[in-house]
Amino acid sequence: MTMTQHRGHLVVVGNGMVGQRLVEAVRERDAGHGWRITVLGEEPRPAYDRVALTSYLTGTSAEELSVVPEGCYTDEHCVLHVGDPAVAVDRDAKTVTTASGRVVEYDALVLATGSSPFVPPIPGADADGCFVYRTLEDLDAIRERAGTAGTGAVVGGGLLGLEAANALRSLGVATHVVEFAPRLMPAQIDQGGGEMLRRKIEELGLTVHTATATQQIEALDDGRLRMVFADGDPLDVGMVVFSAGIRPRDQLARDCGLEVGERGGIVVDEGCRTSDPNIWAIGECALACGKIYGLVAPGYDMAEVVADRLVDGDAAFTEADMSTKLKLLGVDVASFGDAHAATPDALEVVYADPVAGVYKKLVVTDDASTMLGGVLVGDASAYAALRTMVGQPLPDTPEQVLMVGPATSSLDDAAQVCSCQNVSAGTIRAAINDEGCCDVASVKACTKAGTVCGSCVPLIKTLIAQSGVEVSTALCEHFEMSRAELFDVIRVTGARTFSEIIARHGTGRGCDICKPAVASILASLDSGHILDGEQAALQDTNDHFLANLQRNGTYSVVPRVPGGELTPEKLIVIGEVARDFGLYTKITGGQRIDMFGARVDQLPAIWKRLVDAGFESGHAYGKALRTVKSCVGSTWCRYGVQDSTSLAIMLELRYRGLRSPHKLKSGVSGCARECAEARSKDFGIIASENGWNLYLGGNGGFNPRHAVQFAVDLSTEDLVRTIDRFLMFYIRTADRLQRTAAWMEALNEEHGDGLEYLRRVIVDDELGICADLDAAMQRHVEAYADEWAAVLEDEEKLSRFVSFVNAPDVPDPSIQFVTERDQIRPADQSPSDGPVPIAGPELEVVRR
Amino acid sequence: MTMTTDTLTTHIPDVLQTAGPDARSAGRKEWADVCAYDALLPERGAAALVGGVQVALFRTYDGEIHAVSNRDPFSGAYVLSRGIVGTRGDAPTVASPMHKEVFDLRTGVCFDHPEVAVPVYEVRIRDGRVEVVVT
Ligand code: SRM
Ligand SMILES: Cc1cc2nc3c(=O)[nH]c(=O)nc-3n(C[C@H](O)[C@H](O)[C@H](O)COP(=O)(O)OP(=O)(O)OC[C@H]3O[C@@H](n4cnc5c(N)ncnc54)[C@H](O)[C@@H]3O)c2cc1C
Ligand code: SF4
Ligand code: FES
Repeated sequence: MTMTQHRGHLVVVGNGMVGQRLVEAVRERDAGHGWRITVLGEEPRPAYDRVALTSYLTGTSAEELSVVPEGCYTDEHCVLHVGDPAVAVDRDAKTVTTASGRVVEYDALVLATGSSPFVPPIPGADADGCFVYRTLEDLDAIRERAGTAGTGAVVGGGLLGLEAANALRSLGVATHVVEFAPRLMPAQIDQGGGEMLRRKIEELGLTVHTATATQQIEALDDGRLRMVFADGDPLDVGMVVFSAGIRPRDQLARDCGLEVGERGGIVVDEGCRTSDPNIWAIGECALACGKIYGLVAPGYDMAEVVADRLVDGDAAFTEADMSTKLKLLGVDVASFGDAHAATPDALEVVYADPVAGVYKKLVVTDDASTMLGGVLVGDASAYAALRTMVGQPLPDTPEQVLMVGPATSSLDDAAQVCSCQNVSAGTIRAAINDEGCCDVASVKACTKAGTVCGSCVPLIKTLIAQSGVEVSTALCEHFEMSRAELFDVIRVTGARTFSEIIARHGTGRGCDICKPAVASILASLDSGHILDGEQAALQDTNDHFLANLQRNGTYSVVPRVPGGELTPEKLIVIGEVARDFGLYTKITGGQRIDMFGARVDQLPAIWKRLVDAGFESGHAYGKALRTVKSCVGSTWCRYGVQDSTSLAIMLELRYRGLRSPHKLKSGVSGCARECAEARSKDFGIIASENGWNLYLGGNGGFNPRHAVQFAVDLSTEDLVRTIDRFLMFYIRTADRLQRTAAWMEALNEEHGDGLEYLRRVIVDDELGICADLDAAMQRHVEAYADEWAAVLEDEEKLSRFVSFVNAPDVPDPSIQFVTERDQIRPADQSPSDGPVPIAGPELEVVRR
Repeated sequence: MTMTTDTLTTHIPDVLQTAGPDARSAGRKEWADVCAYDALLPERGAAALVGGVQVALFRTYDGEIHAVSNRDPFSGAYVLSRGIVGTRGDAPTVASPMHKEVFDLRTGVCFDHPEVAVPVYEVRIRDGRVEVVVT
């Protein structure tokens, strides 16, 4: 180890994105731990990705948002105290005091306290139901209120305001945007762009009020809020979110006499040093180059500068790029460089197409030779490329650049492609050409480009395409083929073991991608039990133990309940089994019952009881048919026109155990009221007066899609035949982990109208494969046997269900439960006390 | 910034793993008998409890046995033995069944996050029995 130079104690106040980056940057440069680091954070958890905050409302967990790499705060050189804000700095004694009374001495102090949302000083702005949009806790509160709010308003039509408004909308709140300025995003875009943006925003279903000053907020008796405006009618809403700009959090600095700007912000020099040489300020609390930067990239730059200076470097912070792109789904808007044409004699070249809703403006020098900036609304596809050209000579006439975008090949190697992570085109080209990166994911992993706001991803794609690297359809490093090609090879050659397949058609010994894919193909081709012979070793842990792995290493048990129909006797059995084995019990979203917390070694005994009572595997663990949801239909419902329950049960029994590229879900509704939510399923059926209407390619999940109507008024026989062929064709040709919706979108891309193509294949039999598809499904139906019943009869397979090979009777001691609401749940470390060593899984580590 | 296996085992509170590679370097080498070689399926893992330590044993296609900690350092769950075994380049690997991070079975180093590694244990085959050193 190199000689350690003892540098002293570094105290960082604030564990936001920038404070965290500083810690990592110092540790990278200071391998000998010359600096001992203590971080004081106000929020109850380690730093998280605030840029992606909104995704928290759409299902990303707080853990997933964490930006703290595993191991950052697990040794004595680097300690984080969360939930304990600094309250005072004594510059003479060189100490920081925290709210809990902790006194920490420092040799160097870095303030990274960020900013707080600006709430305009209007009466009532603190009423119940008024929120800001900055922290996970803010979003928890907003989500809760949104459940009952009905309508809401966002005060502020800037970048963040619109993001917040769209988030409210996605929570089911009818949302108004109230902006004081005469247009939306006044800081970034001009009047023309603002008009176009307004129209786009209104198309999303938001109501926009510009040039509207909120004067007062009154709390009404029913808990709602009345917004009173300078002119115009008042607006009654269930909640208000303020997003009217930010204010640097400079109170600590003010209190200890550091120089602050007139309008706030801790004044720093080009080394990010404050007026006290031992104190630095970075991120949104710092006033650097006379500006507060409300973006993360300049903050990261400041963190790097300070880290460098702390190890005796001389890096300097200079003007940063303030380009922005709105992350609203469905609305493209971007501004970059000198968007307002503030440069003397700058020329503006504008293109507007009100019909298509496109507005583009380029700002160039008076001789039209150099690009200065621009605004894009409605089509921001050229944003990433244009942004990199600011300050560069225009490669073409401005009109040409506006209409077709710049040729990416003209991108200088020095041009910055990813501004969040400061990655140049050259670095990305090097990753592609020298490091062998051939897709966006590998470029991201290799260079960190595209990992923050994502707006540079299209440009990364273009660079990959241009490099001449074939965009690979290979399954993984072991198979050059796509899944569909591999399926055909296996089907035609009759090879039925992995060893044979990989020896003949692949290299190496496989991985977690190709092994389960081959296992799934073999299962689709009816190769006996999925745990037979070599197949067992190919299966994911879920399939290997015929149960779903949970976070603490236990498994869940889901028996099949076809169509959701369950006799009282069977219901009692489930209750008894769960009680006897101490399992957590929950009704799933798929009309059945899940029992959680079973250890590997308990699974056979649990399933013995269930199988004896007439249950079978529900395949909740497999890429296979999950459930066919049903409504009660004409049997009970006064609106039902067909017996949806019987059809659902019939379909679930027909397709149970069918292995496929991804899971398959279905639903059958008894009339157009659609209580079974069939249109959110891979194949959904809705009863009509004359038969069944079939919908294909729907799903919920991350990217919800409604299934599209494929056929109407089918007889039961025609319906089943059509579904048979649809499923078999999908199983043969889809990519690994591609659900039917994505598969159908790929058909669209390949064949123009994917639905029409599908009809030609599975109805008109244009490829002449229908008899083959029918026969394949017939084989599946005839060969079906319950996987769990088969395991229970097979001593060899049963012997694998142990926690320890050398101690089959010892339960895994690492599995511990606590009780919550009268049932068990996994015991885990509480994230709130003290330093937290465990970061979320698969987090995108923000690091250079 | 690198994190060694030592920091992992020492600093993540973990009662089951107090005996780590640090102790091994102290010089005492005790081979513990675990199970019959034949009890391990080719290209699949199995967990073993050795003196209170959870060890994940893997029998690769070439007949080799590898032993690493059963604890997935990312999730904290003791499940590595249940991951899919394979290769990356020449390296024998296991993918965590929890979130699919891939580890080199020879060194314990995680391919996707090279700053993270799991403890590796010495292992040998004697008279058809598998033996490991954990102390
Ligand atoms: C238990 C359940 C939640 C509940 O408490 O209700 C559940 C639990 C899981 N879901 Fe789900 N999903 C459950 C209904 C749903 C539904 C609702 C439905 O089926 O009507 C959806 C949205 C509908 C859809 O899939 O289109 C749903 C969308 C997902 C997704 C996202 C799929 C997508 O295409 O984006 C995943 C991730 C995946 O499969 O890759 C997922 C994955 C999972 C997994 C398997 C994650 C995992 O690998 O550990 C969860 C473990 C199940 C377990 O341990 O037993 N689950 N999941 C529901 C079980 C239904 C059942 O009886 O089988
Ligand atoms: C919804 C949303 C979307 C955004 N989108 C983008 C985007 O697309 N692109 C972009 O570039 N930027 C975006 N931003 C801005 C970006 O998040 C910020 O620029 C960045 O987080 C600033 O980092 P920071 O560390 O300076 O401040 P923060 O992330 O605010 O961190 C400061 C931390 O210090 C803590 N703190 C404050 N005072 C004390 C004290 N006395 N003691 C201890 N701790 C204290 C705070 O609690 C906080 O945790 C977005 C912001 C939001 C809210
Ligand atoms: S979908 Fe129609 S038939 Fe089925 S329960 Fe709803 S209203 Fe009744
Ligand atoms: S520009 Fe934000 S991630 Fe690349």
